[in-house]
Amino acid sequence: MQTVFSIAIDAFAYGMALFIICIGLSLTMGLMRVINLAHGAFAMIAGYIASYAQRELGTGYAVAILLAILGTIAISIPLERLLYRRIYGSPQLTQVLMTIGITFCVIGITNFFFGPTLKTIPLPAALSTPVDLGFRTVAGHRLFVMACGVIVAGGLWFLIEKTAFGIKLRATVDNAGMADALGIKTQVVYAISFAIAMGLAAFGGVVAAEFLPIEPYYALRYMVTFLVVVSVGGAGSIPGALLACLVLGAIDTTGRYLMPDFGNFFFYAAVIAIVCVFPRGFLGRAQ
Amino acid sequence: MQVIAKSRPVASPPKAAGHLVRDGAGLVLILAAGAAGYWLFPDNLALLTRVIAIALLVLSLDLLVGYCGVASLGQATLFGAGAYAAGMACLRGVTEPMTLIAIGAVAGACAGLVMGTIMLRAHGLAQLVLSIAIVQLAHEAANKASAYTGGSDGLAGFSPSPLFGTFEFDLWGRTAYLFGLGLLVLVFIALKFVVASPFGVLCRGIKEDPVRIRSMGAFVFPVLLKMFVISGAVAGMGGALAAISTQVVGLDSVSFELSANSLVMLVLGGLGSLYGALIGTVIFMGFEHVVSAINPFHWMTMVGALLIAVVLVAPGGLGGLVSRLRPRLRGRNGEQP
Repeated sequence: MQTVFSIAIDAFAYGMALFIICIGLSLTMGLMRVINLAHGAFAMIAGYIASYAQRELGTGYAVAILLAILGTIAISIPLERLLYRRIYGSPQLTQVLMTIGITFCVIGITNFFFGPTLKTIPLPAALSTPVDLGFRTVAGHRLFVMACGVIVAGGLWFLIEKTAFGIKLRATVDNAGMADALGIKTQVVYAISFAIAMGLAAFGGVVAAEFLPIEPYYALRYMVTFLVVVSVGGAGSIPGALLACLVLGAIDTTGRYLMPDFGNFFFYAAVIAIVCVFPRGFLGRAQ
Repeated sequence: MQVIAKSRPVASPPKAAGHLVRDGAGLVLILAAGAAGYWLFPDNLALLTRVIAIALLVLSLDLLVGYCGVASLGQATLFGAGAYAAGMACLRGVTEPMTLIAIGAVAGACAGLVMGTIMLRAHGLAQLVLSIAIVQLAHEAANKASAYTGGSDGLAGFSPSPLFGTFEFDLWGRTAYLFGLGLLVLVFIALKFVVASPFGVLCRGIKEDPVRIRSMGAFVFPVLLKMFVISGAVAGMGGALAAISTQVVGLDSVSFELSANSLVMLVLGGLGSLYGALIGTVIFMGFEHVVSAINPFHWMTMVGALLIAVVLVAPGGLGGLVSRLRPRLRGRNGEQP
């Protein structure tokens, strides 16, 4: 019972951590039709900034997160204008290659400046102590990640379904030419959604650093994981991404607890099975 | 890309003769480059043999990506299948190099059959993700089955018998290199025939417009599956060559990194022409050898920048750049390809 409970908590927290990072990628892939394999690279940049801010500048955890998000967005905007804008609507292979190229560059440059070591992001005391739930104690950080995941999911749902910006975004996605003709500045909409996606990647990168440690090859190591999660969920669907993260997080965590020598075996076996049954992902839209 | 393919109809007789001359010249060039490598870098023959093995992998990937339009980030599965099959066969007493290559080819072809059956169920992004999942699964399986594959220590301790009974695989890798070069040339000639055959043309048609090909009455799935099997055989031979020449098979031969790198090499050289695959492999591995010896992170930055530049400036790769420039150099005689 104890094992089941701790597996469940870990799986749920891991799934939520994955969700915070992957939902940004799901937005870029589903709404902007760009396969952004460099998504993990932006999460990595955020991790490096947060680590640097806390260890070298001595700021607190919250300030570090804020700095990481702002810094990552500041880096991503020129990249969007210079590079990504040219591959909107290109064939998938072109997008994959360009974003792999960006990933390589980010890895090379960050390691040139910060050195090839594991970067830690120290947790504040409030999050590193266990929290007593009455019947069980749970690591505070796990609860924090779960809360963040729920807030991100709710916030995004509200943004896309209930606000004026969400209406413009959906209009742009459905028919960019028509939205343009109706006076929606599609370029601005794209730029803002890209910035939001990158901000989420940054937030996720820092918050999930306990599960996915920030290391020199972070962007490459988890590139596949993020891409797989998004395509299993169905690109562009928030509930789909949530479902995929929870299912794959549960499979991965359970596999690692019960049969640690198999590594990622169950994760990828599940992916093949799911993609064969749902070629567009759980809740993906027909294209 | 579409324009090029549309303006290149089924080869007419006078053009076919021109192709023959060009391919002959290309073969001579490959042989000359191979011989030059042999005389110029006698201390680096092991690396050059590795280049040949990877060139086979990239050629096999070109068959799928360049000729069928099936994007794959898991091609190393087929390479690794060939490498492990050859290594295991060699450990169990089959040491004749030609037989080992054949075993690698068969293993690669079988892996290609399985991989194609799975991958062709999906399209676009899902296909790409399936290819990644397959290579990761194969990697974990090879790691787990350490009784057969040596796990993370790699499969070692086998030594192939002399080639044709006389040429030993020496310490300097001369035999292995010449053997590899011969294999590469043979495979290259065979593939030239394959891609020029009606089957190859059909594949290219599927790449351009699968719906139209289907409505013309051709079956898309078996054709693509056949190409998967051929591609697997080629990649498997590459893997077997790597196993024979280094006499060790590591887990990295079934890795996502190798798959991604081979795609990068292919795109660097140019999709859809067998020469592009060779050019890309040689340039990529040459630079990797020089730059990553200085600092592996500089190497990553450079590859990344190169990839971005190729996508933005030369979408046809370096090979495409050459054929785009050639008509201009030739002046008014040259027609637009």
